[in-house]
Amino acid sequence: MGFALPTGTAWHSSEVTFDVLVEVRLRAGIADPQGSTIERALPTLGFDSVTGVRVGKAIRFSIEADDEFEARSQVDDLCKRFLTNPVIEDAHVTLAAS
Amino acid sequence: MTTRVGVVLFPGSNCEHDAIEAVESLGGKGELIWHGEAEVGDVDAVILPGGFAHGDYLRPGAIARFSPVMTAVARFAAEGGPVVGICNGFQVLTEAGLLPGALQKNRGLKFVCTTVELEVSSTRSVLTSGAAAGQRLRIPINHFEGNYTCDEATLRTLEAEDRVVLRYVDNPNGSTASIAGISNEAGNVVGLMPHPERACDPLLGSDDGRVLLGSLLSVPAR
Repeated sequence: MGFALPTGTAWHSSEVTFDVLVEVRLRAGIADPQGSTIERALPTLGFDSVTGVRVGKAIRFSIEADDEFEARSQVDDLCKRFLTNPVIEDAHVTLAAS
Repeated sequence: MTTRVGVVLFPGSNCEHDAIEAVESLGGKGELIWHGEAEVGDVDAVILPGGFAHGDYLRPGAIARFSPVMTAVARFAAEGGPVVGICNGFQVLTEAGLLPGALQKNRGLKFVCTTVELEVSSTRSVLTSGAAAGQRLRIPINHFEGNYTCDEATLRTLEAEDRVVLRYVDNPNGSTASIAGISNEAGNVVGLMPHPERACDPLLGSDDGRVLLGSLLSVPAR
C-alpha cells in the first residue's frame, strides 16, 4: 500500500480521553515506616492475619491521546520524571478509555 | 572582599532569614533570591534553605526542582559555584539530580527536632574545608524526611570518592551509613539535613555551625 494516514488531519483528529490511575509505591526493599506502624496497630483491633502493609499514593487524572499506546507512553514518562522518585518509588499505572 | 551569599526563597521556605543572619554574623553579605528568578545574580555562593518549598507537595523538593531559579542554580554549580542545601534544600538538590540518593521518611516515623552530634567525615567539600577530619560538632536537626537512602552502588561511590561530608554519631533517623550530608564529586555542591545556621551563636546552645558556614564563606570571590 505504501502510504500512512497523515496525522492531525480530519481523518485522525479524534483523540480519546483516558482515565488514569497512578499508584506510587515504595520500591521493594525500601523501608515503609507508615506501613509497618499500621500493621503493628491492626492486632489491637483483632486483625491478626494481616501482613505486608505498604502505604503509597494514588493519583488520578485524565489524558487525551490518539490511542492507548500513546497515552501509556506519556504517562510512563510523566511518572518517571515527576510523579515518582525512582530512587525509592515505582509507579503502577492503570489506564482505561473513559 | 566580602563573600556574597544568595539564599533562595521558595514559597514555603522558612529558614532563609536564619541563613542570612548566620552568613552576616560571619562577615559575609547575604541576599534573598526569589525562586522565580532566571539568574542567581552576582553571588559567590548559593544556599538553598530549610522549610517546605511549595508545601512539600508530592514529595519534598519535587516541585521546587521546577522553579525557574533551579536552572540557574544547576548552571552555577556546573561552573564550580558553591551550592549548599540545608534540610529541605538537601531534598531539593536530590530531586534536582544535583546530588544522588533520596531523603525518605525517618525510621520510627517521628519528626525529629533535637541537637545531634555530627562527625566531619570529609574535608574536601566547600562546607567542611575549614574543619578537621573527625571533628565533632553539635548541630540541630529538624525534619521528618531526613533518612538518607541510596542504592549500594551509589553508597560505594560516595565512600570511594570521599563524598560523605558529615555523619551522625548516633543515627537519629535511619540514614544509610549514618549519613547526615554528602557532596557532589567536585565537592562544590553539598547537601545536609542538620542546620548549621541555627548553631552560629553560643546563645542558641552551640556555635559549631560557624566552622561549616565559615568554610563556605572562605570560597574565592567569583
